Amino acid sequence: MRRIYFDHGVTTPVHPLVAEEMYRCLKDNFGNPSSLHHFGNRARKAVEEAREKVAAAIGANPPEIVFTSGGTEANNMAIHGIAYTNQHRGNHIITTAVEHHSVINTVKALGKQGFTVTILPVDSYGMVRPEDVARAITDRTILISIIHANNEIGTVNPVAEIGRIAREKGVYFHTDACQSFGRLRVNVEELNVDLLTISGHKIHGPKGVGALYLRKGVRWRQTLFHGGAQERLRRAGTENVPGIVGLGKAAELAVSDLEARAAQLARVRDYAIKRILGSFKHVRLTGHPTARLPNHASFCFDFVEGESMLLSLDLKGIATSSGSACTSGSLEPSHVLLAIGLPPEVAHGSLCLTFGPENTEADVDYFVEVMGPILERLRAISPLDEETAYADRNECLSCRAADICRHH
Amino acid sequence: MYTDIVMEHFQNPRNVGEIPDADGVGQIGNPACGDITKVFIKVEDGVITDAKFKTFGCAAAIATSSIMTEMAKGKTVEEALRITHRHVAEALGGLPPKKMHCSNLAADALHAAIRDYQRRRGLPVPEERPSSGHHHEDHHGE
Repeated sequence: MRRIYFDHGVTTPVHPLVAEEMYRCLKDNFGNPSSLHHFGNRARKAVEEAREKVAAAIGANPPEIVFTSGGTEANNMAIHGIAYTNQHRGNHIITTAVEHHSVINTVKALGKQGFTVTILPVDSYGMVRPEDVARAITDRTILISIIHANNEIGTVNPVAEIGRIAREKGVYFHTDACQSFGRLRVNVEELNVDLLTISGHKIHGPKGVGALYLRKGVRWRQTLFHGGAQERLRRAGTENVPGIVGLGKAAELAVSDLEARAAQLARVRDYAIKRILGSFKHVRLTGHPTARLPNHASFCFDFVEGESMLLSLDLKGIATSSGSACTSGSLEPSHVLLAIGLPPEVAHGSLCLTFGPENTEADVDYFVEVMGPILERLRAISPLDEETAYADRNECLSCRAADICRHH
Repeated sequence: MYTDIVMEHFQNPRNVGEIPDADGVGQIGNPACGDITKVFIKVEDGVITDAKFKTFGCAAAIATSSIMTEMAKGKTVEEALRITHRHVAEALGGLPPKKMHCSNLAADALHAAIRDYQRRRGLPVPEERPSSGHHHEDHHGE
């Protein structure tokens, strides 16, 4: 069966050159970088070369890079570390309603530990307004954490501008760049950030490895992991050497020829948006029409539920994502889709296509070809249509009894 | 994550549609929750002779609706009222745990359709009975 992978925002295939370097490392370079002998030195050298590549890719200095187990760990330790290291200066943290769970849940956890939290709203495109950030800053604010580009709706935030505001006010600024790195230009100087998160497997690297950029001079201590002195006391635990080597290679590839690759992705994206909006009824684009990731096209289809679409597409060989309750692992649709003001019933019909270098316009044509009958079939099964248009909003007593639906 | 039976019913759902001259119609759920099931039944001499459904929801919601209509057809009203969530899930070879609540509304929708039939006929409407032992599954309303 023809297989098309339209889910690069979730994870990407490992680049052959990355796999090759990792294999060489696994096979020939098993040492522990902390060891002082030949084997340790060789592993240390591999780790430091990777650090140089990652630093170069984002315009940082190598000592400012800390390797982690991935984006989630980097986000956790960035936020938690800044919060506890700067408690003497204040206790207020600003974030947004469209963050990744690893940011929003870390901030919320701190909210239960004596920190004050402001969760900024976004506009209907999912974009944060810099003036909202400026207004939210108080003399107790110690950290602002705002996602660079959102994974569900693709919207790119004005991070450089927000960073300028944060710097003027002397507040540390962190951004989660897991989605944007390798797709947009990500430079820590241009973006005015103090901390920045990247992940290996979103950039054709391996899973289980990421990095946190920590600007020199930022008051930050490791507050989550206790252990050895690895990563200059910033991240305990023996280094994931093959993973780090893979991240280094992936980061190098992620910025080489970036403009041409992004332009190719944007061509497929724009073609997909045009064809999908032009071919089907009752479908809307979610996220910003132009300020969006070059590989990201996300939609809500009325009267059908996301998981049903996702599984039907999978049966035809097309891999996608949805922010419906059924795929989010909870009974609520995605917090991002609710934050941009979509009613829950519309959010349930979300479908997200994220493209990679192997995707073509012909793949999009195939999607449109199979999506027609899928929509027709699911809409024929659905009791909802234009006429009902969700008019009968009878109370769902089951959900009320279980106390799980926020909207009641 | 789904059994082959679930996937088969999802792909080829039985008895999709509406019955214009139905003897009873029941609807459970709310589009805001992500699942809504509407059931239509025909009843002759106390026996369910036809059942059809329309469902907005995930694969589990569609599959449970489909197999429920098969289970209900040919049963007396009293027998059909004894079909529970658990029976529906078992007939599908099981459902993932998180699908047991919101996506397993078919039995309730069937019971709602039966109560509608009983009301229309002026028959005594039995009290809404729990269709399973689960705490929050005991409170599905119409």
